[in-house]
Amino acid sequence: MDAILLQILNGLDKGSAYALIALGLTLIFGTLGVVNFAHGALFMIGAFCAVTLQKLMNLSFVTIDETQTDFLGNPLKVETPYIEGWFGPETGATIIDWSVPLAVLFAIPIMLAVGYVMERGLIKHFYKRPHADQILVTFGLAIVLQEIVKYFFGANPIQTPPPDALSGSIDLGIMVGFDANAIIYPIWRLVYFGFAVAIIGAVFSFLQFTTFGMVVRAGMADRETVGLLGINIDRRFTIMFGIAAAVAGLAGVMYGPLNPPNYHMGMDFLVLSFVVVVVGGMGSLPGAVLAGFLLGILESFASTTWATTTIPGINQIIIYLVAIIVLLTRPRGLMGRKGVMEE
Amino acid sequence: MTTKSVTRRGVLKSGAVAGTGLALPTIFTASSAAAYTNEPTGGSVTLGFNVPQTGPYAEEGNDELLAQQLAVEHLNGEGDGGCLNTFTSKALKGNGILGKKVEFVTGDTQTKSDAARASAKSMIEKDGAIMINGGSSSGVAVAVQGLCQEAGVIFMAGLTHANDTTGKDKKANGFRHFFNAYMSGAALAPVLAAEMGKERRAYHLTADYNWGWTQEESIVASTEALGWETVNTVKTPLASTDFSSYITPVLNSGADVLVLNHYGGNMVNSLTNAIQFGLLDKVANGKDFKIVVPLYSELMAAGAGENIKGVLGSMNWNWQLQDEGTKAFVKSFGEKYGKPPSNSAQTCYAQVLLYADACERAGTFNPCGVVEALEDFEFDGLGNGPTWYRGADHQCFKDVLVVRGNENPTNAYDTLEIVEITPRAQVEYDPEHPMFSGGSLGECNPGA
Repeated sequence: MDAILLQILNGLDKGSAYALIALGLTLIFGTLGVVNFAHGALFMIGAFCAVTLQKLMNLSFVTIDETQTDFLGNPLKVETPYIEGWFGPETGATIIDWSVPLAVLFAIPIMLAVGYVMERGLIKHFYKRPHADQILVTFGLAIVLQEIVKYFFGANPIQTPPPDALSGSIDLGIMVGFDANAIIYPIWRLVYFGFAVAIIGAVFSFLQFTTFGMVVRAGMADRETVGLLGINIDRRFTIMFGIAAAVAGLAGVMYGPLNPPNYHMGMDFLVLSFVVVVVGGMGSLPGAVLAGFLLGILESFASTTWATTTIPGINQIIIYLVAIIVLLTRPRGLMGRKGVMEE
Repeated sequence: MTTKSVTRRGVLKSGAVAGTGLALPTIFTASSAAAYTNEPTGGSVTLGFNVPQTGPYAEEGNDELLAQQLAVEHLNGEGDGGCLNTFTSKALKGNGILGKKVEFVTGDTQTKSDAARASAKSMIEKDGAIMINGGSSSGVAVAVQGLCQEAGVIFMAGLTHANDTTGKDKKANGFRHFFNAYMSGAALAPVLAAEMGKERRAYHLTADYNWGWTQEESIVASTEALGWETVNTVKTPLASTDFSSYITPVLNSGADVLVLNHYGGNMVNSLTNAIQFGLLDKVANGKDFKIVVPLYSELMAAGAGENIKGVLGSMNWNWQLQDEGTKAFVKSFGEKYGKPPSNSAQTCYAQVLLYADACERAGTFNPCGVVEALEDFEFDGLGNGPTWYRGADHQCFKDVLVVRGNENPTNAYDTLEIVEITPRAQVEYDPEHPMFSGGSLGECNPGA
């Protein structure tokens, strides 16, 4: 039982990343009708916002320690972050320690701006082009973005650890009546799940309970009619693109402590997130979230020893297998709407 | 006035004569002018450096490239000479190779076998490269080694750790300076026994491709020989990014050691995940839980950050060694590039010098002469002490390092500490050892 609970938790954790990325993808598809293959790159850029803030916070002044030598035998250059000089060693170290949570605030304006520039600068020119053209140009953009990141940060993964207070693991088992040490789970993974739920809730609330959201939903249902009412729906959709970029970016910021960011991480999630969107139903926001968590849990269970010994290789194909079954039985996906991507 | 009619028969006859005439010089050139593929005829000789310049191992490839450029400088008599000053063979004089200036071309393997073969082929056919050096993957090494054998050029593999490279896939034109999975197991086992005892239960997570399988086989064999029990061996897809669902079953498996047969991004993520789940804080079977990463590299250690503290592994070479060859190379590389070299850089640097030295000693660039000069060649002064290129399988034998993630690093490069320098004799094996059997070197191919 404890093993099952652990795999459910793992699945919810994986599903959190899938759901957040797929939510943004669906938002863009539902509003602008664009299949955005650069969405994984936005997730990666978010993670590198955390890397950038961490590097900025660690900008250092150099002092020479004559008592120690470097690898060439020269006096050792000791680097001390400016932030520790300004706020004192302890406060400075604490601020640096909390760089990932602080990067959430740092990333929001950056990601909104990246999304805005991406939509206005490139993607808007492809609205009336076939989906194949959109896929090609956004995929090309993703490659360009990841090569830019590689140029500045290198190909090696870079650690963005969680704050000390949120690192390590806790004994969840005792809290729910199991033996001690039965369900040990990393704190940051629980934080990530909670964060994902909060972001998903915020996006749905924004769309459901604000006038702006109501207009966007109306535009998603019937763009022309909303336009005829004198509402500039294009501008609102551009803002939604920025919001979708910010959602992907924040998912990336918070993902860094789970697995260290590298320039390729967006591509690792891209294909899976598209499968999530298709399984959930193109254009369906609840579908994307549901499918994200569902496929995350299925993938976790497929990776257990029992599953891999019973059906070798099941861990590598489970998501695609489920996608085939769903599409055969429900061609529009779990919660797909009639008329979306249908002539 | 006369008119000439063009007939089909006439065209065919003329075409046959013209074709034979055009083909003749080529046939003569091929059979008589070149004794072997890309025989240098001018004042220079071209080497091909085939490394990952894009993809997940681009950092490692970049380090290899820097080291190879440094080797070319030293061969041409530029810079401080590096290991030319410490190498026990004194055939190299700093005037190129056999009096010809050394030039180089580079290719991008992308850490993909097909891309690596294509770039090596291009360097051989278009750029006239007479040898191919470098790379960071066993799959790539085996693929390029096969190509070089067919093309008739020498291949000096870079970072390739699978037993098969000099086992069932060995080739007469190929040599490996790097150590292999069997040697990792042989070097690690005594240290594991000393530090963790002989009654341990190990759980293996293994990257699901050729290198992972051979490393798992090697480590399982060496640890079971100690008396350890193998609880489980689980294959993980190479494309995995998150290993949480593979780590959680370890928690209640009864194992007290986790062996991560992963490399690169896989290793960084699986180790990070294992630390997140508190494995190193756990007590199992009355013992402190331990993690072992059999193959380390400096770049991986940097990527894993603080997570590697206290974790044991093995390496081919490390810049902290104190032999004269290592010191000369670290000084030369460090002063030029401002950082210590990685073990993949050292491998590629040493291989370029060894190839050049073999040409000088053989008095020819002919691959068969070079093979003869390298086979059973014993030397010192390039790092790791006395070294032997075994003729039977073209595997290099030298001391192997057991290292541990440094608990108190003093700088960004001080991530690993050397625990033990395992003597060469302890990691040697019979060429017909079951883990290496099944292939044959074959005959050297001079090409042309």
